[in-house]
Amino acid sequence: MKEYRTINKIAGPLVFVEKTEPVGYEELVNIVQSDGTVKRGQVLDTSDEIVVVQVFESTAGIGRDSGVRFTGETIKMPVSKDMLGRILSGSGKPKDGGPEIVAEKRLDIGGAAINPYARQSPEDFIQTGISTIDATNTLVRGQKLPIFSGSGLPHNEIALQIARQAKVPGSTEEFAVVFAAMGITKEEENQFMADFERTGALEHAVVFLNLADDPAVERIITPRLALTTAEYLAFELGYHVLVILTDMTNYCEALRQIGAAREEVPGRRGYPGYMYTDLASLYERAGLIKGEKGSVTQLSILTMPGDDITHPIPDLSGYITEGQIVVNRDLHRKGIYPPINVLPSLSRLMNAGIGEGKTREDHKKVSDQMYAGYAEGNDLRGLVAIVGKDALSERDQLLLEFADHFENRFVRQGHDEDRSIEESLDLGWELLATLPEELLVRIDRDLIRKFHPKYRSKEA
Amino acid sequence: MKGESKGILKRISGPVVTAVGLEAHMYDVVQVGDEQLMGEVIRIEGDKTIIQVYENTSGIRPGEPVSNTGLSLAVELGPGLLTSIYDGIQRPLEVLVDKMGNFIERGVTAPGLSHDKKWDFKPLVKAGDEAAPGAIIGEVQETNIVTRIMVPPNFKGGVVKEIKSGAFTVDEVVCTLDSGEDVKMMQVWPVRVPRPVTEKMNPDIPLVTGQRILDGLFPVAKGGTAAIPGPFGSGKTVTQQALAKWSDAQIVVYIGCGERGNEMTEVLTEFPGLEDPKSGKPLMERTVLIANTSNMPVAAREASVYTGITIAEYFRDMGYDVSLMADSTSRWAEAMREISSRLEEMPGEEGYPAYLAARLSEFYERAGRVETLNGDSGSVTVIGAVSPPGGDFSEPVTQNTLRIVKCFWALDAKLSQRRHFPAINWLNSYSLYLDTLSKWYDENVSPEWNGLRTWAMEILQKEAELQEIVQLVGSDALPDEEQVTIEVARMLREIFLQQNAFDPVDTYCSMEKQYDIMVAIKLYADLAYAALRAGVAPGRIVTITAKNDLPQIKFTQDYKADIEAIRKAMEAEFVKLREAL
Ligand SMILES: Nc1ncnc2c1ncn2[C@@H]1O[C@H](COP(=O)(O)OP(=O)(O)OP(=O)(O)O)[C@@H](O)[C@H]1O
Ligand SMILES: [Mg+2]
Repeated sequence: MKEYRTINKIAGPLVFVEKTEPVGYEELVNIVQSDGTVKRGQVLDTSDEIVVVQVFESTAGIGRDSGVRFTGETIKMPVSKDMLGRILSGSGKPKDGGPEIVAEKRLDIGGAAINPYARQSPEDFIQTGISTIDATNTLVRGQKLPIFSGSGLPHNEIALQIARQAKVPGSTEEFAVVFAAMGITKEEENQFMADFERTGALEHAVVFLNLADDPAVERIITPRLALTTAEYLAFELGYHVLVILTDMTNYCEALRQIGAAREEVPGRRGYPGYMYTDLASLYERAGLIKGEKGSVTQLSILTMPGDDITHPIPDLSGYITEGQIVVNRDLHRKGIYPPINVLPSLSRLMNAGIGEGKTREDHKKVSDQMYAGYAEGNDLRGLVAIVGKDALSERDQLLLEFADHFENRFVRQGHDEDRSIEESLDLGWELLATLPEELLVRIDRDLIRKFHPKYRSKEA
Repeated sequence: MKGESKGILKRISGPVVTAVGLEAHMYDVVQVGDEQLMGEVIRIEGDKTIIQVYENTSGIRPGEPVSNTGLSLAVELGPGLLTSIYDGIQRPLEVLVDKMGNFIERGVTAPGLSHDKKWDFKPLVKAGDEAAPGAIIGEVQETNIVTRIMVPPNFKGGVVKEIKSGAFTVDEVVCTLDSGEDVKMMQVWPVRVPRPVTEKMNPDIPLVTGQRILDGLFPVAKGGTAAIPGPFGSGKTVTQQALAKWSDAQIVVYIGCGERGNEMTEVLTEFPGLEDPKSGKPLMERTVLIANTSNMPVAAREASVYTGITIAEYFRDMGYDVSLMADSTSRWAEAMREISSRLEEMPGEEGYPAYLAARLSEFYERAGRVETLNGDSGSVTVIGAVSPPGGDFSEPVTQNTLRIVKCFWALDAKLSQRRHFPAINWLNSYSLYLDTLSKWYDENVSPEWNGLRTWAMEILQKEAELQEIVQLVGSDALPDEEQVTIEVARMLREIFLQQNAFDPVDTYCSMEKQYDIMVAIKLYADLAYAALRAGVAPGRIVTITAKNDLPQIKFTQDYKADIEAIRKAMEAEFVKLREAL
């Protein structure tokens, strides 16, 4: 393989190489430093005059004297079933002292788009044991549902609780977890790894770790390695894979860094104009395929800068994912775990996964009614601050109390409390029963008669 | 045909590549690289030709060949379009699965129409008849819909020399004209050129959508334009899909432009099982889908809206009412921005190219109710979703769209968060078709309908003002009459405006049922204000039990007897209230 020594510019993570033979777009590049260290990169722009290479590691040590080798192929990764139980670096190198991955297959990490015609609509209810998810923002197999959080909030605990408790009731199929960390701290890593070990989850997991002190640009490939692995496990080996990507905010920062180094015209808040498309190339790698056994479910975590849901990172994510679980600082301050605010949260695939034969016939209506009650009660809090509780009508006072009950009894639950969907819905009914029956306009009469505690206890 | 020309690649930068030595015209379709990926010329600069490529360019190198087909980006129009699902450049996705499996690889082409399948062609003219451009010469009974075979608009036309009958492929000649032209069942039309019409007419018939807030408050006309802007998760796609399902168009073209794969799959799985409320036939039979999802190449995303609207115009030319949904036009605009920035063009507002406004208006201008070339009338209604960053409507795509479209259905995150669906804000939204459509409502719904709408809007407007006071002093402090107004407004919101797209009955509400519900609410209001004047306390008026059954009407298929019973019960209850005085 020919080695060029024609580097003429280095800017941030970008290396510009002159006078090469024709080099392919997105080709894998090895850069050999004078001390023999080899660094990897990828072609971002190619012409017969100049080739722009994005290096996935620190460019410290790369200079005019470094050699550049173009490998003639796009980035591929070795995959195999033996990856289960392994801990790898953010660029796929073993980090657990184990051997290199022996490839059963080498796959392009870019991942081709699933043909929409080949997709199967996700509709299998996943029970996470968390009421605010199961009852009001149901997760289904093959969904991409991120957690929108803020710094210092317990999103990791929530993700871990989901990973521990998630099950499809009645299913015994094989499952796996693919965990990709991008720029998280050592402490957070320990938190995840300790939990994986405690619960034995590591055996079914493939872990990719890019920590806070690892190169930022490596974060561009970490999620792609994870998703390639997940697709292999799901669509070639038939596993039901849960992919946890954390923290997508760090991924986007890396993307912005590269955009800036390329002197691109920046979009909103300096993030590249193509960030939507780039994020879609990750988030869309979830789902089910007709005729294939496995599935890829994505649970990514992102921290909203300044808790601002309109910031481009949560905003563009929300436009791609199939809903979002929003973690809220006020609830956290009130000491409520998990501090999930259901109002801005949403699961778009919920309707497909619930109802008679899947969860329970009253599921949708109970959820809608709780939303309506909580939203109204929550609004009244503002009014109470001005006019006092006594100025409220009886109806409004009941709604106000409902909002409190909702937070304290429905939202709040233990770190290891694994509620079945029936328990969550029954709890919902218990709270709704504190409201007068004529306020329950979102629920059909028949369902009220069947599930309302008032009528149920009479029957019993 | 301009003849083939060959050049070589000089630079590859994502979806935009540069070739030298190529003779080219703007928007010529070219084949790029050894794998002959499809691309389109978007700029000419000295010896350089800049090309946007409709497929992923990884691995392509400088030095590989480029050849010009000399043709424009075009779609194949003819029998076989209905029920199909295409990518942005009209490659049938079903065929692609057969050719390359579950994932979309590149370098595979597939024609938009099947060239092997034989269709039963039934002639409608005979030798000696005049057949001008646009004239219908025969038809193919496709699904329950008839595809009319026309003389292509770019033909000279003439007298029919010979016309056939029987089973033919789309490539076979079915009719010859004395002009020397051969008419086949397929025509090919360049997507960036609007298909000609005789005249644009005033849209004065509503597109009845079965959605109460739209038909009732903010109707769109057949041949009109509407935009649905809203932040993520506010209901753009659900609304568009509801329109695709229930609007009384004869043909629906649904473009998933840079959105989710699963949403297209949902349409594919759901539509065949749903019935058109008018014809009783599966909805899929009148539908053409274009799916260029967010992770498919951006250049093809840019093309997808043109592919869609050209197909829509083709059916319009047959005399059909077509409705086209584009979800989302913002992703289309972003594709333009991405390509433009790769071209290093001078950016306009927020990085969008300076021609954004022009492209948007050219696109919406292709909507309209028209007199077709053959003298019939047809329409294309365009309904575009807009996805403003951060939900902020002041951004360029929303603002430029607003300047063009005549209906604005503003989605509101505050409403969707409290699960008020459709989350269309009744205070910010508007329709500029109210006047032109009022005659139709008088004649087809009821002479009272237009008045009821004005009344409802006034109550809702009044409520918004009262809510500001309530926020300060609580609702009990309001004067009696206004307490009743608040209750009537609440009924309008919860019963009339809210509509559950996922309820099998409520998802579609006929004009008649909309009218009946509105009349029932108005009846309550009239009785309530009268009782108030007679001295009944507002607390008793707002808590009458007879009206509690009204919301159930929405979920009841045969509701007539029930709503009559509710009306009677309301009247009786109010009589009692007054007697008790
Ligand atoms: N009319 C409706 N009836 C019931 N639910 C609705 C309705 N409209 C929207 N929803 C709910 O809101 C959710 C989000 O709607 P939708 O997917 O249409 O949002 P969107 O505006 O298209 O978002 P995005 O921009 O991210 O694509 C749906 O999954 C559904 O739960
Ligand atoms: Mg949408």
